[in-house]
Amino acid sequence: MAESAVVTENLSKHFGAVKALDDISFKIGKGELFGFIGPDGAGKTTLFRILTTLLLPDGGKATVEGFDTVSEYRQIRRISGYMPGKFSLYHDLSVEENLRFFATIFGTTVSENIHLVQDLYSQIEPFRKRKAGKLSGGMKQKLALCCALIHQPVILFLDEPTTGVDAVSRKEFWEMLNRLRRQQITILVSTPYMDEAGRCDRVALMQSGKIMTIDTPQGIRQQFRKKILAVKGRDMFGLMKILEGFPEIERSYLFGQSLHVTGVSEALTADDLSARLRQQQAPDFRVEEITPDIEDCFIDLTATRE
Amino acid sequence: MATQEKVIKVINLVKKFGSFVANDHLTFDVFRGEIFGFLGANGAGKTTAIRILCGLSYPTSGEVTIDGLDIYRQREQIKKRIGYMSQRFSLYDDLTLGENIRFYAGVYGLSREDIRQRTAALVDKLELHAIEKKLIRELPPGWKQKLAFSVATIHQPGIVFLDEPTSGVDPITRRQFWEMIYDKAGEGMTVFVTTHYMDEAEYCGRVSIMSEGKIHALDTPAQLISKYNVRNMDEVFLRIARNIEAV
Repeated sequence: MAESAVVTENLSKHFGAVKALDDISFKIGKGELFGFIGPDGAGKTTLFRILTTLLLPDGGKATVEGFDTVSEYRQIRRISGYMPGKFSLYHDLSVEENLRFFATIFGTTVSENIHLVQDLYSQIEPFRKRKAGKLSGGMKQKLALCCALIHQPVILFLDEPTTGVDAVSRKEFWEMLNRLRRQQITILVSTPYMDEAGRCDRVALMQSGKIMTIDTPQGIRQQFRKKILAVKGRDMFGLMKILEGFPEIERSYLFGQSLHVTGVSEALTADDLSARLRQQQAPDFRVEEITPDIEDCFIDLTATRE
Repeated sequence: MATQEKVIKVINLVKKFGSFVANDHLTFDVFRGEIFGFLGANGAGKTTAIRILCGLSYPTSGEVTIDGLDIYRQREQIKKRIGYMSQRFSLYDDLTLGENIRFYAGVYGLSREDIRQRTAALVDKLELHAIEKKLIRELPPGWKQKLAFSVATIHQPGIVFLDEPTSGVDPITRRQFWEMIYDKAGEGMTVFVTTHYMDEAEYCGRVSIMSEGKIHALDTPAQLISKYNVRNMDEVFLRIARNIEAV
């Protein structure tokens, strides 16, 4: 990593008795597409609010492009684009009014910077007179991203841009992010969807205010040292109940059409498990060894911590 | 598990807002004890349809019966027989679990004695003795959705509507939640569920996929996967939604 765009050291934040962020340290390189992956309550939004200078940490420190988030917050605000999880557009302003508003508060104009978002904006331009509140979900998302980019930020914070968004629109959003990367902008994005990890250069898996691991998606899969056996069959919940009774099994979880099973011992093979299931008269099933995906790793890390 | 008895009957349901057609001649049945996945892109008209099925809004035209009750004339009776839970609206954070149960059960007209018994049964079953008196906001985030499901079904409704119940939930809790759904369906409860997690679409008995106000596919996940000649429901969903957009 050449230069760091974001550095945090022992960052902490409490809300009453709840540790929203618990001693978080990491570095993000310039130009990286970095994902914070975790469920609600992991601390993703708190972290983004500290980095965008909207919230003060209780402990530790953070810098964005070399600027301290507390003492140099003005500089950070000027160079950051931020798309919060909930509110970011004025619903009673039109598409073009929203864009003009965001350009103006950053002391620039739409015409000066429109080339930066041309690709995105051309998709919503036909609706430029429409109120933002009347746009479809996908259109709102595109406008929000345009508004976050119109002042030419060097770093972009996207807090759960795909939460509650359907599978097709999610894929399209990530395709948009990939095109944005050509502009050399650093992108921090948070998401509860584990399957989006693969779209990032590196990811941090977060749970309960802590970062459990940071690596490339490939690196995280390689950290997973256990053997995973996938069991497929017609009656998945029936198979799950049978597997729950096997003492040689550490965990079994549903993953769509298959159950991902890890043994207490690494010696448990697909053949062993097949034999055991046949013994219990499990109806037609199939067992094979597979490579883990990020969700397997996340489950393993949380289960190990508990 | 699913029976042959039609517990939700929808024939030519149309809902218009001005000139906008949110639901365009929907026709489908849901069977008692079935886990029915109601999928679709954002803005496809799912929420509009669910609000009608729950008796919260009238259709523009069409026939809908819920558990044999007519959606135009018997809305109040329908509301008593259904449960509803969503990601956004579940439990009151500033009440304890016991208070939440008392509130919901009270709304559904359960007697004090029933409320006491069902609360005790739930606390026993989920081993909640340690947290019964805590405010919901003090509980770990994963607990909330599981408890919300239990509370939404405390009056033992015939049908429960779950609107994105697992959105933002951690991977382990998400799976435990589906085990709870399966248990309830096993007891004969009909589960009508929406989700954006396509792995969860695989767990449904049948799924419908909506786009632009219409149902474009309705079948078991296995049948849909084989019909579209793809590997999983994620690809089925992409195929249907993208093809429609291309038209």
